[in-house]
Amino acid sequence: MEKTWNNKAWFLVLPVLLLVAFSAAIPLMTVVNYSVQDTFGNNAFFWAGTDWFDDILHSARFWEALQRNLLFSFIILALEIPLGIFIALNMPKKGIGVPVCLVLMALPLLIPWNVVGTIWQVFGRVDIGLLGHTLAALGIDYNYVRDPLDAWITVVVMDVWHWTSLVVLLCYAGLVSIPDAYYQAAKIDGASRWSVFRYIQLPKMKRVLLIAVLLRFMDSFMIYTEPFVVTGGGPGNSTTFLSIDLVKTAVGQFDLGPAAAMSIVYFLIILLLSWIFYTVMTSSDADN
Amino acid sequence: MARITLDHIRHAYGPNPKSDAAYALREVDHEWADGGAYALLGPSGCGKTTLLNIISGLLQPSHGRILFDGNDVTNLSTQERNIAQVFQFPVIYDTMTVYDNLAFPLRNRGIAEPDVDRRVREMLEIIDLSDWSNRKAQRLTADQKQKISLGRGLVRNDVNAILFDEPLTVIDPHMKWVLRSQLKRFHKQFGFTMVYVTHDQTEALTFADKVVVMYDGQIVQIGTPAELFERPSHTFVGYFIGSPGMNVMPAEVHGSTITLGSEAIALDHAPKIAAGDKVELGIRPEFIRIGREGMPVTVTRVEDIGRRKIVRANLAGQPIAIVASEDIEFPTEPRVTFDPGALNIYANSWRVGREA
Repeated sequence: MEKTWNNKAWFLVLPVLLLVAFSAAIPLMTVVNYSVQDTFGNNAFFWAGTDWFDDILHSARFWEALQRNLLFSFIILALEIPLGIFIALNMPKKGIGVPVCLVLMALPLLIPWNVVGTIWQVFGRVDIGLLGHTLAALGIDYNYVRDPLDAWITVVVMDVWHWTSLVVLLCYAGLVSIPDAYYQAAKIDGASRWSVFRYIQLPKMKRVLLIAVLLRFMDSFMIYTEPFVVTGGGPGNSTTFLSIDLVKTAVGQFDLGPAAAMSIVYFLIILLLSWIFYTVMTSSDADN
Repeated sequence: MARITLDHIRHAYGPNPKSDAAYALREVDHEWADGGAYALLGPSGCGKTTLLNIISGLLQPSHGRILFDGNDVTNLSTQERNIAQVFQFPVIYDTMTVYDNLAFPLRNRGIAEPDVDRRVREMLEIIDLSDWSNRKAQRLTADQKQKISLGRGLVRNDVNAILFDEPLTVIDPHMKWVLRSQLKRFHKQFGFTMVYVTHDQTEALTFADKVVVMYDGQIVQIGTPAELFERPSHTFVGYFIGSPGMNVMPAEVHGSTITLGSEAIALDHAPKIAAGDKVELGIRPEFIRIGREGMPVTVTRVEDIGRRKIVRANLAGQPIAIVASEDIEFPTEPRVTFDPGALNIYANSWRVGREA
């Protein structure tokens, strides 16, 4: 069939294009502009070339923050994905339990991020927090302000509390779309509970899981608000992730050039890792 | 393979059904022969899928028992009953190869791998998918997928029965004929007891030895296609089977005469009708002749369906359909006669037999 080409259609895309340009492309280019210049204030800029990029890539502080970030994302995915699948599998499929569960699951997602941080900041305090005080009363030495491990545990548990629901809701959507006939056929074929999960539920959840992994990876890699509110990146630098480091550099020290260079490197890392995730996880579709 | 006995089965989906209307399945009490091909035919919501799921064990009947070869299996699980079922939409395990799909029910039952391999290869031959054995099942066409579902049932050579739940719904029309004839061949070859649910009368009539017509939660007639056509035991069967369906007209019986409005037809016997029964006369469109004799009709419309014509007419104020040959010529004052052997008389929708 002959395809009709009508270049006027581009005008329909123009508004979106302009919007994206103003909201994304132009700010991004501003950052690129900063990253190759140096300034001492008064709006006076000097050419710096790739100096800032050199500095960033040779700074131990940057690599340590990156390592922390990768470790954090890995832990988050390893906890939230299996837990989310497990909860989704055990959620009721019909009856009054469905809306109750869905609302309960959606609740953490509706809370603003800095409020989540504040909740856990108070919750974990040894003097007045329910969690911190209870643990202390039980004789467990827990103090997220002093101990790096406790700080990590707090931040990880907070993120699991906040975001596992997203994985649950996505998986649940995948599960309820499986027709009953599949389960009936599996019964007739004598399939075990594990086989039903492995050969029916998991394949049907694959697409939503891919989205869940991508979203949770990107979000956890860019995490800022909650750890900033709870630990402020401490104790020491133990919970200083890339984004916190970036804000310290840009707003705290007002080093616009290095911060811009760091932003670009940070952006490229997320882009690259997301692309790798996506390619690896969709490649099994393309085989055969 | 097994003889299936349905012993006074009733089923309601809600708990504590109060009235007959609450039952999705009202009183089914029949015995189906070993190796028979039965088609369950009826409109949507008549209870045919409910009955099928009760046989397969996916549903527990509210009342009654189900027996395979005389053994009570009512409380056995689907797996223990050892039946196979093919669903409306092809159910395949997407991520497995065609081979693994067929091997799945055998491996689940712990059968040794050499046996599994032998049987799967045999089955691949039979369903004609040998060349596809290492392909992912996901990429097959709908009819190939449906053949895999069937193969997964047949590969267990000891199944008691194979149940089909409208298996050809999603298949292209031209493939339907191919698959249907293949199914018939498998049935002859293996001799399994087969129960086939459909709402398509052509499918049911061409396919089954015995057609079980269901209506409103009960079996209204079990018979060969010829029996259903010639002696429908319920007005619903007359209406549902045949195209167009049987003409059913309110009538009155006095002794051995039946009257339609002002027209009277003499019968060769006196049907036994109780006072107060709703009496109806049923005659198939194929057994009405148009000519210069008989009862006067007014023709309202003629539909040409190719080799035959369907004449819509009014007889004594009742609309009737008549099947006529293509070259029919209408007299100026058309009249109709009924083939006396094809008259069916119904009291309260049920056929009144000659012997009654």
